[in-house]
Amino acid sequence: MEGAVDSLFFYDYRRETLNKIIEKKDLSEKVVRMVLEAPLIAQKRKAGQFIILKVDEKGERIPLTIVDSDAQAGTITIIFQVVGKTTAVMAKMKAGDTIQDVQGPLGNPTEIKNYGRVVCIGGGVGVGVVYPLTAALKKAGNEVISIIGSRTKDLLILEKEMGAISDRLIVATDDGSYGFHGFVSQVLQEMIDKGEKIDRVFAIGPVPMMKVISDVTRPQGIKTIVSLNSIMVDATGMCGACRVSVAGKTKFTCVDGPEFDGHEVDFKLLADRLKMYCDQERQAYEQHKCGCDGN
Amino acid sequence: METKEPKEKKEKVPRQKMPEQDPQKRVRNFEEVPLGFSEQTAMLEAQRCIQCKKPSCVGGCPVDVKIPQFIKQIVEGNFIEAGKTLKETNSLPAVCGRVCPQEDQCEKACILGKKGEPVAIGRLERFAADYERSTGKVTVPPKVKANSKKIAIVGAGPAGLTIAGDLVKLGYDVTIFEALHKAGGVLIYGIPEFRLPKAVVEAEVEYLRKLGVKIETNFVIGRTKTIDELFAEGYDAVFIGVGAGAPVFMNIPGENLSSIYSANEYLTRSNLMKAYLFPEYDTPIVRGKRVAVIGGGNVAMDSVRTALRLGAEKAMIIYRRTDVEMPARKEEVHHAQEEGVEFLMLTNPVEYIGNAAGWVTGVKCIKMELGGPDASGRKSPIPIKGSEFVIDVDTVVVAVGTMANPIVPATTPGLATSKRGYIITKDESGLTSREGIYAGGDIVTGSATVILAMGAGRKAANAIHDYLSKK
Ligand SMILES: Cc1cc2nc3c(=O)[nH]c(=O)nc-3n(C[C@H](O)[C@H](O)[C@H](O)COP(=O)(O)OP(=O)(O)OC[C@H]3O[C@@H](n4cnc5c(N)ncnc54)[C@H](O)[C@@H]3O)c2cc1C
Ligand code: SF4
Ligand code: FES
Repeated sequence: MEGAVDSLFFYDYRRETLNKIIEKKDLSEKVVRMVLEAPLIAQKRKAGQFIILKVDEKGERIPLTIVDSDAQAGTITIIFQVVGKTTAVMAKMKAGDTIQDVQGPLGNPTEIKNYGRVVCIGGGVGVGVVYPLTAALKKAGNEVISIIGSRTKDLLILEKEMGAISDRLIVATDDGSYGFHGFVSQVLQEMIDKGEKIDRVFAIGPVPMMKVISDVTRPQGIKTIVSLNSIMVDATGMCGACRVSVAGKTKFTCVDGPEFDGHEVDFKLLADRLKMYCDQERQAYEQHKCGCDGN
Repeated sequence: METKEPKEKKEKVPRQKMPEQDPQKRVRNFEEVPLGFSEQTAMLEAQRCIQCKKPSCVGGCPVDVKIPQFIKQIVEGNFIEAGKTLKETNSLPAVCGRVCPQEDQCEKACILGKKGEPVAIGRLERFAADYERSTGKVTVPPKVKANSKKIAIVGAGPAGLTIAGDLVKLGYDVTIFEALHKAGGVLIYGIPEFRLPKAVVEAEVEYLRKLGVKIETNFVIGRTKTIDELFAEGYDAVFIGVGAGAPVFMNIPGENLSSIYSANEYLTRSNLMKAYLFPEYDTPIVRGKRVAVIGGGNVAMDSVRTALRLGAEKAMIIYRRTDVEMPARKEEVHHAQEEGVEFLMLTNPVEYIGNAAGWVTGVKCIKMELGGPDASGRKSPIPIKGSEFVIDVDTVVVAVGTMANPIVPATTPGLATSKRGYIITKDESGLTSREGIYAGGDIVTGSATVILAMGAGRKAANAIHDYLSKK
């Protein structure tokens, strides 16, 4: 037996539609929402989990949170911001194209319980990440207050969706172009200052935002869960690229996280490690502004 | 052991040297270092074998390769046949011919080694396997009648690939589930291109596909599906060959500074993700100028030689014992020395020093001396008080070992593991504490060798066949 034909013989039928882009929508100038065909992941996935994807043969493996899933349709939804070469390539793809490799669901699901009154905070593209757990927390019976923010009005995503699953939604923009003029952390600080009862905070966004939120809740000892966006390679605990320091101990974000107690996370270490490949990322994708400022 | 051997009738030929890329040149490329035997050299070397009636070499081989037979076929110029003979018992001969520690196995047992130098069995194995591949005459044995039994293999490393090949040849419906996007395990993500070209591994995997093995990549057992879900879907037996891939760190201050890697990450970026070809490939890696690799095993040698090829001006091995205790293969240490690696023996890191931006700038080490033997039987290193000193570095690779990856055991109720997380098997069959679940390779033994993992796969294949034939 020779030639390549016979490998077609054992071609897995599932491969043909696997990882196909079903739908693509620009949420803002640099933020894209994609629905992917990934039936196995869709069946298994829980709020808080992520996938690793690799666009093509020469691509990098990058982690992305699963924002939503539909087990029936066999699809998952991801939201990403164009920050590097991979995301730039993805932003140019169209419905019908396929992503070469999608692996998941990875990481531990969010601990969903009825905590009472929770505040869910999302910053920038982090709103996409906080959305699924906000929905799950609402479903579990919590009273949900959401605070979402962005640099400016045009970059704000999922306002309507977040509003639909929150008892109260507050929007903040850094430049005051929409909603509260200032940071999401200031909104939270005001709530705390007013003596509002808060049982738990979930904060997801740029590292500086998660750090400030954790600082804001620390004096009152309000438990604050953050989701870390470390650099990853395998995402199954085999490389340690994603290591972070939590309560003075080294943890692997991919298998021990991605969610940790914000009061115990060493944010400086996380921010420093996220900058490790800035020079190369710039080289790979000149035009882009990478997440080197912790975004 | 001692058997009467026929008198050497052939003229005395010395053990043939392996032609190699020049150290000055190879240290700046990722191409394979040993170039392989030519047909003439292979035939010359093969003639050295005296064709023992009771060949002791075979006893030294964990998968019982028919060594004198395949060597005889090389002598006769039947290179293709030699390749076939190898494949009868060894499903990955081109890999084994390159990475097996033959000096501890078949060649150690070779009778010629008693008085002189053993037959270069590994180099001949590589020759025959490469010949088959390069001439494109890879043939697939005739298909056996399929039985309806389904086998799931977890992990596409040497253990998983071997058992998959064995069982598919017996007519089973075999699917390998692999977490990464590519099959091969350590062969593809860990061992560098200059020691094991990835095209060789890919050809072996392709061969298995041709045999009818299905390979599902991007499939993390325990996450995408659990083992119990596989049984529920109708799989009749499961083999776990997930390796011991979780990196060990030393837990010393500063170990999380930027540009300090585990060997696994460093090698995975370079090999699996081809970061050495960045920016043609998207995955970056820090190209350090002063690189310290901590450890003295093969993984450390692979890392330090990778560092050189990535452009290091100074590449160092820091090891807490001496070169006598160093677990790396002599050949690899020799290659590293030729390439200009510096060896700092009896030295152990105690702390990493970083700059304000969180990058490593130095490693503080302490001098060691050897004391009495420890649990492993090797002399235990003892720190010399007050001997600390700092070495300037910009990149560090920690290669002090690996441990079991917990995902599969943690998601498979009733699967017994040892204190250190390795899967406990009943005996050589690889049967675990659960019926129908077998395990083998590094996940059972801890970090070992390619051939031992393959041997475990082979034994489990037989055990599963027995089990399912009786069922
Ligand atoms: C850098 C390096 C160099 C080495 N050099 C040599 C050498 O020269 N000679 C030698 O004989 N040995 C060498 N070894 C050791 C040898 O590679 C291993 O002993 C051997 O690969 C073990 O085989 P295995 O099949 O048990 O596991 P592995 O090769 O580790 O393969 C396990 C596979 O399982 C996959 N997996 C893990 N978890 C899951 C999951 N949950 N679901 C699905 N898949 C999963 C992994 O991704 C991997 O592909 C070296 C090891 C390293 C790291
Ligand atoms: S390789 Fe060595 S031990 Fe094996 S048959 Fe030849 S001479 Fe004898
Ligand atoms: S990404 Fe490799 S261990 Fe987490």
